[in-house]
Amino acid sequence: MEFGYASTPILQGVHLELAKSEVLSIVGPNGAGKSTLIRCINRILNPQKGRIVLDGSDITNLTRMELARQLGYIPQSDHQSFPATVFDVVLMGRRPHISWRSCQNDKEKVLDVLEMLNIEHLAMRDINEISGGQQQKVLIARALAQEPDVLLLDEPTSNLDIRHQLEVMDVIRTLVTEKNISAIMAIHDLNLGSRYSDRMVMLNRGVIAAAGNPYSVLTQENIKQVYGVEAVVKDEDGFPYVVPKSPVGNNGGVRPR
Amino acid sequence: MVNGRNYLVPDMLDEKVAAAGKRRAVLDEYESFIGRKIFFISSFILLTVLLCGISISLGPLKFSVLEVYATIFDKLFPNFFDVPELAPIVVWNIRLTRVVMGVLAGIGLAVAGAAMQGILRNPLASPFTLGISAGAGLGAALAIIAGVGIGGGGKLLLVGNAFLFSLIPSFVIVGLTRYKRATPETMILAGIAMTYIFSAISSLLHYFSDSDALKDVVVWLMGDLGKATWGDIYIVTIALVICIPLLIWKSWDLNVMGSGDEAAKSLGINVERTRIFVMMIASLIAAVIICFTGMIGFIGLVAPHMTRICIGGDNRFVIPASGLLGAAFLVAADIIAREAMAPVIIPVGIVTSCVGGPVFLYFIMRKKKEYW
Repeated sequence: MEFGYASTPILQGVHLELAKSEVLSIVGPNGAGKSTLIRCINRILNPQKGRIVLDGSDITNLTRMELARQLGYIPQSDHQSFPATVFDVVLMGRRPHISWRSCQNDKEKVLDVLEMLNIEHLAMRDINEISGGQQQKVLIARALAQEPDVLLLDEPTSNLDIRHQLEVMDVIRTLVTEKNISAIMAIHDLNLGSRYSDRMVMLNRGVIAAAGNPYSVLTQENIKQVYGVEAVVKDEDGFPYVVPKSPVGNNGGVRPR
Repeated sequence: MVNGRNYLVPDMLDEKVAAAGKRRAVLDEYESFIGRKIFFISSFILLTVLLCGISISLGPLKFSVLEVYATIFDKLFPNFFDVPELAPIVVWNIRLTRVVMGVLAGIGLAVAGAAMQGILRNPLASPFTLGISAGAGLGAALAIIAGVGIGGGGKLLLVGNAFLFSLIPSFVIVGLTRYKRATPETMILAGIAMTYIFSAISSLLHYFSDSDALKDVVVWLMGDLGKATWGDIYIVTIALVICIPLLIWKSWDLNVMGSGDEAAKSLGINVERTRIFVMMIASLIAAVIICFTGMIGFIGLVAPHMTRICIGGDNRFVIPASGLLGAAFLVAADIIAREAMAPVIIPVGIVTSCVGGPVFLYFIMRKKKEYW
């Protein structure tokens, strides 16, 4: 896939593969193109070149509505301009499946999804009045209401405290395993990514620098090359755990006197 | 497990019952939430009908409200009601047109305003945001001051000009979307630019006009329901009957677009096409109304907000509900316009802004939560 804004190429020659019930993390420094890649898959941005193939069929040219039945997108955060209840926001996720009126079945599905995420007690609250962690769960609920095959998450945990980070990641992991869907997430936190994903891709300036299972991607050498950071990679609970030490060569950092 | 038997079954049943109970509670709450909105709509229908009755009953020749309703139903069921002398002529030829136009204009402007606010995600949007008022003002100025424009002469010239010129800014903005993406920011800025251009040309005409024509233009700009004829009403009704269902059809998409263009795209909505479509329909409604009534401000901007304060932001209900609130408000404003300084009739646009301003301020002070 290739994509660029006007004159600046952002992604070049990126090729990804994902199996069912698998979680794929996309990591990389700021500006590497993680969010851009997610939004190209979803066709929120239109790539100049590239194809997306789902379950063997080419979905690059489907209508938006058909695409929305298969790909669920969870943005980093959402601001509602006018008041809306949590229930109504999640009900919006049913839009790809409804032509005119929502019926009882849709309301039941919304409730199913709310229960799955343990937020049914928030159903009638205004979405702008609940906490960031709860809002993120509502956005996940909305994407799940689409009954997608693949979840696309753009930095799902960047605004959350450690408890909510773990809760949200646990939910995603459980959904992937139990509902037989796949997930692709762009994520900043290397350790969360390694702990909760089956495979990982490291982007650097729009190209893939490393790919494979988290152990093979999160190596000292890769982190040094891509992030410009000296780090130590330990083993924690069977997952690679990255402890950053210092920037390499102090480029852009403060020079100690 | 005791003695090899599974005694967990009753517990599991309890859990299931509890869960089903919670679910029922949420669904019930949601249903009652919807019920409140429907109640709001029905009460406003009643209120509007009542205000219409009151409005028709007032004037140099006074009738009671019941006599008014009797006169109206008399057309449908002749000889069934006791109707006072002169009532039919006064009601049907003089007063009913004003009130019906008030209802239609109130509905149209409020609905167009609600749609514009939804599609531009901007609480300051009104039906006139995209330059319609400036365009109509120019059309009217051209007709009254210069006598040029499309259409024969007299009223047709004025109405035709106002309508066509009010739509020119919208067409220009839609044309621009071929070169720039139709984001709310682009459209609002373009609308501002159009307003400046058209206002400037109007002002030029004002500057060079004689005082009689100038007064006519200024008075037209203040808005008036009294000049409506049944022919005008038919045209406006047809436009509303076509356009409002279209907006209600798109109302759920408006809801989804409230979450942002990205979220809307991910949920299957063609954001740019929807935006242009809704904008054109709302502009059309506004244009059809103001070419007959002149500029009636405030309703398109504020009726949707007052509605949202009462029933929340779901456009499927806000669009029809603000229409009814707008209708009631405009008929009430017309009553005040006619009676405040009777027998002089104040232009209704002045009353809507004068009375509406403080009322809205009161609502803002009293509302409990932030809603934009």
